[in-house]
Amino acid sequence: MAELNPAGGAAALRPMAWLIGRRRHNVGGWSALALFVALLVSVPILVVFAHVFVPAGEVWRHLADTVLGAYVVNTLWLVFGVGLGVFVIGTGTAWLVTMCRFPGRALLEWGLLLPLAVPAYAIAYSYAGLFEFSGPVQSALRGWFGWSRGDYWFPNIRSVGGAAVVLAFVLYPYVYMLARAAFLEQSVCVIEIGRTLGRGPWRSFTSIALPLARPAIATGVALALMETLSDFGAVQHFGVATFTTGIFRTWFGLGDPAAAAQLAAILLAFVFLLLVGERLTRGRAQFHHTSRRYRELPRYRLRGGPAALAFLACALPIGLGFLLPGGQLLAWLSQTAGDSVDSRLWGHAANSLMLAAGASAIAVMVALLLAYGVRLNASPVARGAARVASLGYAVPGSVIAVGILIPLAWADNTLDGWLRASFGVSSGLLLSGTITALMFAYVVRFLAVSLNTVDASLAKVTPAMDGVARTLGMGPAATVARVHAPIIAPSLMTAALLVFVDVMKELPATLILRPFDFNTLAVHAFELASDEQLREAAAPALAIVAAGLIPVALLSLAISRARPGRAQTVAQP
Amino acid sequence: MTAPGLLLEGVSHRYGREPVLHDLDLEIAPGEIICLLGPSGCGKTTCLRVAAGLEPIQQGRVEIAGAEVARPGFSVPPERRRVGLMFQDYALFPHLRVIDNVAFGVRQGDKAARRRAAMELLAHLGVEAHAQDFPHVLSGGEQQRVALARALAPRPMVMLLDEPFSGLDRRLREQVRNDTVAVLRELSVTTLLVTHDAEDAMLMADRIALMRAGAIVQSGTASELYSQPESAFAASFFGDVNVIEGIAQGGSVATPMGTLAAPYQDGCKVRVFVRPEGLSLSAENNDTSGAGAEIVESHMLGPTCLVRLDLEGEFGPLEARINDGTPWQAGKRVRIRLDPERSFVFPASQEM
Repeated sequence: MAELNPAGGAAALRPMAWLIGRRRHNVGGWSALALFVALLVSVPILVVFAHVFVPAGEVWRHLADTVLGAYVVNTLWLVFGVGLGVFVIGTGTAWLVTMCRFPGRALLEWGLLLPLAVPAYAIAYSYAGLFEFSGPVQSALRGWFGWSRGDYWFPNIRSVGGAAVVLAFVLYPYVYMLARAAFLEQSVCVIEIGRTLGRGPWRSFTSIALPLARPAIATGVALALMETLSDFGAVQHFGVATFTTGIFRTWFGLGDPAAAAQLAAILLAFVFLLLVGERLTRGRAQFHHTSRRYRELPRYRLRGGPAALAFLACALPIGLGFLLPGGQLLAWLSQTAGDSVDSRLWGHAANSLMLAAGASAIAVMVALLLAYGVRLNASPVARGAARVASLGYAVPGSVIAVGILIPLAWADNTLDGWLRASFGVSSGLLLSGTITALMFAYVVRFLAVSLNTVDASLAKVTPAMDGVARTLGMGPAATVARVHAPIIAPSLMTAALLVFVDVMKELPATLILRPFDFNTLAVHAFELASDEQLREAAAPALAIVAAGLIPVALLSLAISRARPGRAQTVAQP
Repeated sequence: MTAPGLLLEGVSHRYGREPVLHDLDLEIAPGEIICLLGPSGCGKTTCLRVAAGLEPIQQGRVEIAGAEVARPGFSVPPERRRVGLMFQDYALFPHLRVIDNVAFGVRQGDKAARRRAAMELLAHLGVEAHAQDFPHVLSGGEQQRVALARALAPRPMVMLLDEPFSGLDRRLREQVRNDTVAVLRELSVTTLLVTHDAEDAMLMADRIALMRAGAIVQSGTASELYSQPESAFAASFFGDVNVIEGIAQGGSVATPMGTLAAPYQDGCKVRVFVRPEGLSLSAENNDTSGAGAEIVESHMLGPTCLVRLDLEGEFGPLEARINDGTPWQAGKRVRIRLDPERSFVFPASQEM
């Protein structure tokens, strides 16, 4: 294991002089750098917020008079529907698989994560195809009952309700994962104390286990809702007007960046409400494990009817969130008989891979920089910088795109104007619509993913280990190479992989920021689906789902080890 | 005269603006084991980190075996000081096997020789069977031994131990403590050990340096500190005491149980500190000296008897430790006297 990463990380960190720990003047540079990075990644958010104070233009008044009300109403309905859906599905299935024993439980426990691999737009495309008038479901119903158009009522999938349902079925794993981990981490002893104090098994679940898991569940719901707010592909395909689609339309259709930024600011306000709400729900309930004793969970054994019901309850979300959309996409792929897998697709795939690899490498490096900045100088400023830098994850991609494009366009125009005026040459657009701008957007959006992972792994290298390594004759560089690098290297890989897949799936920011005629798999699928060429969209969508399965596998591995007491940690007195 | 193994002279250190060490002096003879004892937050761990070179100093100087290693603006980095460091949580490297943890700091010889040296130490400490294990499968006591072996492996000039036994339960602690002292003595390595546990200090140290608020308030052998404390803090931190308030008058202070010398101004409020074994009891009927009291509780603790006494509400209950073999029973009335040798008087203005 020591040979896993021979000084690869160390080379990057060599200039670090952390000779004497935390408070040395020579670490000031690191803090300044961390601060600079934090500022840089908060530029898009600041730009969007600054537009709140820009006087409203003609377009904005038009928007406010016509569509703004619909945006708010649709967004609220989506938040309500998805919130309720993910809470019920996520918590319910998590409780069943952790607290009960029934046939197929182990498989379902893992399988319930699968819908995480399906981007919302992919499930939207497949459901639209399945449930539209000419789709297989309605055709079959008409065939069986001899109905024709107008004879029967069928819910319109292209509606707010439809969008909420499909989003809930791919987003519930956030709640499931966190609730499951929370249930597993609870000391059985705490629950047993509840039993001895006169609570039955069900009451001790509702009065002890559920309240203890509440912070985790709240976080899971908040994460799912953030994804809901930032979703563009699914609502666009279902024709549900929300802020994300509004931003897109205002930008491209009406060509008014200021009005788009003002819409983005309102969306951002929703996001911050959500963040604050999550904090408040958690309140002071920072639950720590008060007991250090753990035993295997005493699972309630279910048989017969209850076992079948539990199985169905857990199998349904997997079926509706993964198997059905995945199967539909596969069916379309086979119907087109591979026609859609052409050189164009391979080109888009190469673009996606290139962007994802580049962005994940940068995101991990920046995360390392910030994490070491905090480690070397744990000042409130450095901590704050890291906090701000990881806010991007809560900000919808379309908002980030607008926040990046406005200043870049300004910079390009200013430079161009100055060059024309001074030298009579035109620089054209240097920054906007470039790969650089796109990479920047990805790093802003997904930095939190890599930062959390890197932070957690760096925390495993305790300051005491640094001290020991130093007194055992290792210089700073050798300490990083021989102690830090081997311990954090696997986590750096994980961080890179998570960002990689997130970038692969990303749609709205890519759509707004991409260079002219530059396509990725997600954009390709989106354009085909917009043209109602759903069959052809299946190939790129499936490729994205396949990539999405990687982090699902990683996650299921990680959480199966997440039981304290089972995985002993070193250096715990 | 040989140079001290470790010398800290007038050392001051601040974290930002917060002073942690003030003008601290500490000298350890080669091969001597010194315990730095004090309440948490008094700066003992910082003192250790300064010796290791993990913290810079703003004033004073540090020497190891006669060579200056730190002064303001200059610090030999820890990897060149030849000190061994052991932390409370052991800080074993989770990614290395036990044998590689121990061989980590050994520089002499090829890989095989380094591993051999590591193996010898592991065998010496009785954990050679775990050489190929990863640290997380070891018990607390085994981890402690591995950490000790790792610190000793490069043959350090000075060993620095930070609360090395606080993670262990009582029974294990005693054994590990004895083994650790035995190894340190055998290798006759200069040792600075930080602890907040007076018992650790008494059982291990040649000398104890009592520390408070960033400075050493008194140092000496355990018996010197116990029987001749120089401050209220030393008296109360280093062993149990009964505290009685009084007023100095004519160079002495009167208590119901006897009068003690109190070389302070007349009218100065003082506190009398009496060790539990500084109180002697006698049956009331044939004695009128001392103060009358009633035994509230009495516990037989093997060779000694712990007695809690009520002095007719004049003070709080007093505790006495009697080892004359007399079984004092609760409810009995007795006379108490003070042993001036085991009682100390300090002004009440001194903080405990």
